[in-house]
Amino acid sequence: MDLHFTADEATAEERAAIEGCLAALSMHGNRRQYLLPVLHAIQGRIGWISRGALNHACRALEVPPAEAFGVADFYAMFQTRPQPPVAVHVCDDVGCRFKGGEALCAEMERALGPAGAGGAADRITWHRSPCLGLCERAPAALVISAGDPPRDQDLAPAAGEDLLRVAAGQAAPVADLALSVPQAGQAGLTLLRRVGQIDPTSLDAYRAAGGFLALRRAIEMGPDRVVREVIDAKLVGRGGAAFPTGQKWLGARSAPLPRYLICNADESEPGTFKDRVLMEHDPFSLIEAMTIAGFATGCERGYLYIRGEYPLATARLENAIRRCYERGYLGANVLGDGVRFDIELRRGAGAYICGEETALMNSLEGRRGEPRNKPPFPTQVGLFGQPTVINNVETMVNVLPILLAGGKAYAAIGTERSTGPKLFCVSGHVERPGVYEFPFGITLRELLAAAGGVTGRLQAILLGGAAGGFVTPEQLDIPLTFEGTRAAGASLGSAVVMPFDDTVDLRQVLRRIAQFFRDESCGQCVPCRVGTVRQEELLHRLATDQPFGSVEQELGLLKELGQAMRDASICGLGHTASSAIESALGRFPIFQDARQETR
Amino acid sequence: MGGGTSSYREIEETDVILLWGSNARETHPIFFHHVLKGLHNGARMYAVDPRKTSSAHWAARHLPLHVGTDVALANAVAREILAAGLENRDFIAHATSGFEDFARHVQPYTLDYAAEVTGVPAEVIREMAHAYARADRAQLCWTLGITEHHNAVDNVRSLINLSLLTGHVGRWGSGVCPLRGQNNVQGGGDMGALPDRLPGVQHVENDELRAKFEQAWGCTIPPKKGWHLSGMFEAMERGDLTALYVIGENPANSEADQHHAIHLLENLEILVVQDMLLTATAELADVVLPAAAGWCESEGTVTNSERRVQRVRRALPPPAGVRDDIEILLELARRMGKDLGNPTAEELWNELRSLSPVHAGMSYARLEELNGIQWPCYDESHPGESYLHGRLWERPVLGPRAPFACVDHRLPFEELSPEFPIRLTTGRRLDSYNTGVQTGHFASPLRRGETIDLHPADARRLGVAEGETVRIVSARGAVLAPVLLDEGLRPGLAFMTFHFPDQVATNELTVDAKDPQSGTSEFKAAAVRIEPVGRSLVTAEAEVAAPVSV
Amino acid sequence: MTGESAPDLKIPVPRGPVPVAPPPRPRNTVELTIDGRSVAVPEGATLLEAARQLGIDTPTLCYLENLTPVNVCRICVVEVENSRTLVPACSRKVEPGMVVKTDSERVRLSRRMVLELLASSVDVSTAPQFQDYMARYGATPERFGPPAPPAAAGERDAARPGHHHAPHGADAATVHQPVKVDNDLYVRDYSKCIVCYKCVEACGTDAQNTFAIAVAGRGFDARISTEFDVPLTDSACVYCGNCIGVCPTGALMFKSEHDMRQAGTWDETRQTATDTICAYCGVGCTLTVHVQDEKIVKVTSPLDHDVTHGHLCIKGRFGWEFVNQRE
Repeated sequence: MDLHFTADEATAEERAAIEGCLAALSMHGNRRQYLLPVLHAIQGRIGWISRGALNHACRALEVPPAEAFGVADFYAMFQTRPQPPVAVHVCDDVGCRFKGGEALCAEMERALGPAGAGGAADRITWHRSPCLGLCERAPAALVISAGDPPRDQDLAPAAGEDLLRVAAGQAAPVADLALSVPQAGQAGLTLLRRVGQIDPTSLDAYRAAGGFLALRRAIEMGPDRVVREVIDAKLVGRGGAAFPTGQKWLGARSAPLPRYLICNADESEPGTFKDRVLMEHDPFSLIEAMTIAGFATGCERGYLYIRGEYPLATARLENAIRRCYERGYLGANVLGDGVRFDIELRRGAGAYICGEETALMNSLEGRRGEPRNKPPFPTQVGLFGQPTVINNVETMVNVLPILLAGGKAYAAIGTERSTGPKLFCVSGHVERPGVYEFPFGITLRELLAAAGGVTGRLQAILLGGAAGGFVTPEQLDIPLTFEGTRAAGASLGSAVVMPFDDTVDLRQVLRRIAQFFRDESCGQCVPCRVGTVRQEELLHRLATDQPFGSVEQELGLLKELGQAMRDASICGLGHTASSAIESALGRFPIFQDARQETR
Repeated sequence: MGGGTSSYREIEETDVILLWGSNARETHPIFFHHVLKGLHNGARMYAVDPRKTSSAHWAARHLPLHVGTDVALANAVAREILAAGLENRDFIAHATSGFEDFARHVQPYTLDYAAEVTGVPAEVIREMAHAYARADRAQLCWTLGITEHHNAVDNVRSLINLSLLTGHVGRWGSGVCPLRGQNNVQGGGDMGALPDRLPGVQHVENDELRAKFEQAWGCTIPPKKGWHLSGMFEAMERGDLTALYVIGENPANSEADQHHAIHLLENLEILVVQDMLLTATAELADVVLPAAAGWCESEGTVTNSERRVQRVRRALPPPAGVRDDIEILLELARRMGKDLGNPTAEELWNELRSLSPVHAGMSYARLEELNGIQWPCYDESHPGESYLHGRLWERPVLGPRAPFACVDHRLPFEELSPEFPIRLTTGRRLDSYNTGVQTGHFASPLRRGETIDLHPADARRLGVAEGETVRIVSARGAVLAPVLLDEGLRPGLAFMTFHFPDQVATNELTVDAKDPQSGTSEFKAAAVRIEPVGRSLVTAEAEVAAPVSV
Repeated sequence: MTGESAPDLKIPVPRGPVPVAPPPRPRNTVELTIDGRSVAVPEGATLLEAARQLGIDTPTLCYLENLTPVNVCRICVVEVENSRTLVPACSRKVEPGMVVKTDSERVRLSRRMVLELLASSVDVSTAPQFQDYMARYGATPERFGPPAPPAAAGERDAARPGHHHAPHGADAATVHQPVKVDNDLYVRDYSKCIVCYKCVEACGTDAQNTFAIAVAGRGFDARISTEFDVPLTDSACVYCGNCIGVCPTGALMFKSEHDMRQAGTWDETRQTATDTICAYCGVGCTLTVHVQDEKIVKVTSPLDHDVTHGHLCIKGRFGWEFVNQRE
């Protein structure tokens, strides 16, 4: 194509970052799909993406600059204006803001000035951030330092002084695993059994702990049998939509070639951190599970799309993939059995919407993370227009126990309709936050008890994340299954369990959730793009007692807005942008005491 | 009959596209939209052009041949197709003539020979030959890069040979498509504005046809063909032509070797110019007849490159004192003593329909209803034909067989020399048109004025920078123009337009060597040298304002 | 054949079968029910096409016959039995036995809300179609409060994805901002932009393939932009104006029209529109010439024409000034 460029040229350092990135990639297919990796390379080295750097990247990848800019400007982790090389991201989302997050922001403001201040000549800037997926160790922060090599470090729990020291170049301390996985080392765990027990960087340690037995078994069984075991296990997706995995795989097997496999590791639902823990502490299990999935569905190429804010998980997976290639567990001849499977690890760049499967595919293709209209579904038309199987991390790793124990035995765990072991993300006002593994069917009360109980007087529990809903202290006997939560008018979502004590102003929680959706809407469809703005404005007016007309009118408008977003938006983000808010308004008398008269 | 054999839509549904001597992205932008659709549908394009133009950037392969080596390339493609046994033997046997001679004729045109002559690597020529021959459907498009040469007709014939060799003609999606440079080149020729044709592309030297017109018109038509444009200039030179009536042309700017052309125009006994604007030619005229802008102030028809006859309509009245072309001609006839009445455009068209079988079915009502009709259209039940030469696939073949032509490579008329070592080729840019008479008036943000485009290596060698004014000298004249660097050129190849004759008289440089059959000058290949002027820009620009020969 | 035919050719070539485009692949017929009426359409047709076949007028904003449906405006949503959410009629393909409602209360609520969301945030004053839709669905955008004042030039272009200023409650956020005028041919008034993606499509793979503009930013800050918001004159723009041709709100406008509107002289009741053929290259593009007071004021092209599909180049769309300038 005939591209046009402005006269801006890349600096030597920008060129080096781009060339270095391109040289390290083993390019496959069209070049545009490497746009995100190249933008990461520029951002990582320089701290922002200049016109000249973008031009250089576009020449190399044959992408029109306006489109590449539209992509760069979509993702929160990319900056298209001069920035200080070090950026501190402080979580002020629902999991952290009542547990020291706001205080941390105040400290950053005192030390560094207002959020977002500073230019290229300055050293450090800071930003408020949506959930960083470190909720069990709130308050959380992420320090991103541009340079060669770039250094991203998370810090949780974060104290202001420590955070500034890390921003100044000191290494962040290693987090205590017990804070994240209180059950670590306990008997009877399935998904978490290796967590904290083996060196997560060692392939040999993984093998010694039973690693790759499931893969070996899968290859012995053959693809059809693997799919049958997964069907027998009644495994359903853990990402939130609860689609039967075996059906998805079976459907893919009859789709045309080439087919692609994607592991969705873009864990961004506020309050969710289970996939992160698995990837940090048992990364080889995900590689093994993806290889099995690829083998079973006839995909020779897998993409592992991890959220950009997970530096440790990214490093551990990069290492695991490298080791697997070295030892023949990935590549042209997996286990010497003639099976071909390749994995490419791709980093997201700060966009909740990319957890939506079709937005994720667009992101992988080097486009804006805008969801696609469905149908057609990814199993028919997915990545690069080809049939694609996409599963979430937790779903994927459940395949290992299914193959080791057999589908039927696996199906005996949990309940009739929600089978198997389940990871729960417990955070907020509980004694021992963390990832917990229990069979499906444990009640909310039992889970909170296992986490040491609620601290303070329980006011409400956010179940399923920002896209989920609130339940009341009277609903603690809800069985934590897909069907049980649904029957209670809630949703399990990504298994977020976040209790709030009675010191929390729920109106502030709702406003933060509304702010989150306004920030994370991709902007493609009208109901969500403008609706999330209007929803936040409405909640602000209600929370600050300045309704247009009566409170009833405003609540009515909010409800209509919610219905239009749910009915007419393209994707799940818009469909669920009002669900937590509406569930809270339905269950708690939040705005009833506001003044009623017309302004 | 001359015309593109295919419809635009066919290029959207073809498999291989050879874009030969055409920068359609800039010169035929909306045709290129159809090409782009074809590319998005999976077609593979080969761009044959000395320059890597914006069109060539869309090609799977660009073949940057030396200017004027098209026949060598085409013959080598033919030879390679034969050598690989990829020719369409059934079609050749069924529908063509002269194949044996042709096959012998192209034998010397080996890939190595062609690579040597054209500068295109042998394997790329081979790839294009195989892709074209193996395609289910293939389109071969060309423009002025083929026809503005002293051997234009040979060029065209060498390309047609390829379509005959492979059977890529006369079927949906396969054809040859010469893109017309001006909006009614096709229609003008179809209406008889050719030295040898009566309206409806009917040969003037055919007694039967001529008699039909004589009867309809009630007059005698000279039985011999006339001169084409360059023949007229030769006649002026000889003194055989002393009066000239120019309608909607600007030869003072558009003729090659402009200095000489203007000299001839000035020496005419009488020059009458009928135009909508006061062109450089009109300024030389004894009489100027101000005419309406045909496309928006008149009624009538034009014919496009897919042979589609379309209606032009009057959207606004011409300015006071300006008359429609038809009105002027009728008035002129009246003054000469022949009252032709006051026929409307539609009445004139209906007369044409009665005389031209290929237009017979095209009533104004049908043209309106069908958004134009592609000729031939023999009667009012005929839908028009989306492609030509389907007859070649009928069994038995209808009409005469299509002949192969044995043509040979000939270098451009003007060879490079130590004195004139740079090849100057000319063309158009996206936002301008010909001598800029019309396009000069709108505020195009793309317009940069005339430049001499050079490869950066040539600029370095000459020690000139972008924007710096240089003198461009050919055997006929010299002009000044600022340098524009273009990586799409090759060292030794320079490019200019003639959109800005008031600023830079590019045609003072071009060579008026003409193709004896088409009469078109070799605008695409002049030999020049480029000299840094070594003076301030102001001085240089003063010289530009008053071009002088050296 | 092209080029020269033999001059001694005296006998006209006999006529054979008429060469025409091969007929489209036959498609099965799909039957479905829309608003209680049965309709049969070819497989692969959309719900919009099926509804049109029944004479049901479905509102559209981001849909245009010559562009690939992007289904982002959501005003065409309809209710399909057993579908959890409403579906966009413009892109959803028909399926056998579908039961569709195009005017249920659910549908009307979403359409009304889409109109209210847009009209409360965008200047829709030059989108006549919009006023009709507002009346039809009883939209009252004032419900969301008075519109916020316009942003300063460049302010919206500087938004950071994932960050925004908290609302203050007094008004409704808008996209209002100064008009971008950076060339003599057309202006970009993004206060009127509903981000329907049509201009991006026309500049991109659906027509021009120049890719001078794209959607940048995210969420409510999503906007049409060149790279780094550089002026069009520094961008890849080739001024084909096909973006203006598809813009449904007048956000993209001929400068001639913009200037006349500013001066209060633009009057469509005094305008004529005449189809003719472009005077430039030999492609033969149909131009619709819009004339007011014996001057050309703009040029468009009909969407349903095989040559242009509504798209032109810079010369066809803007190269008419010489006609106005003649004395």
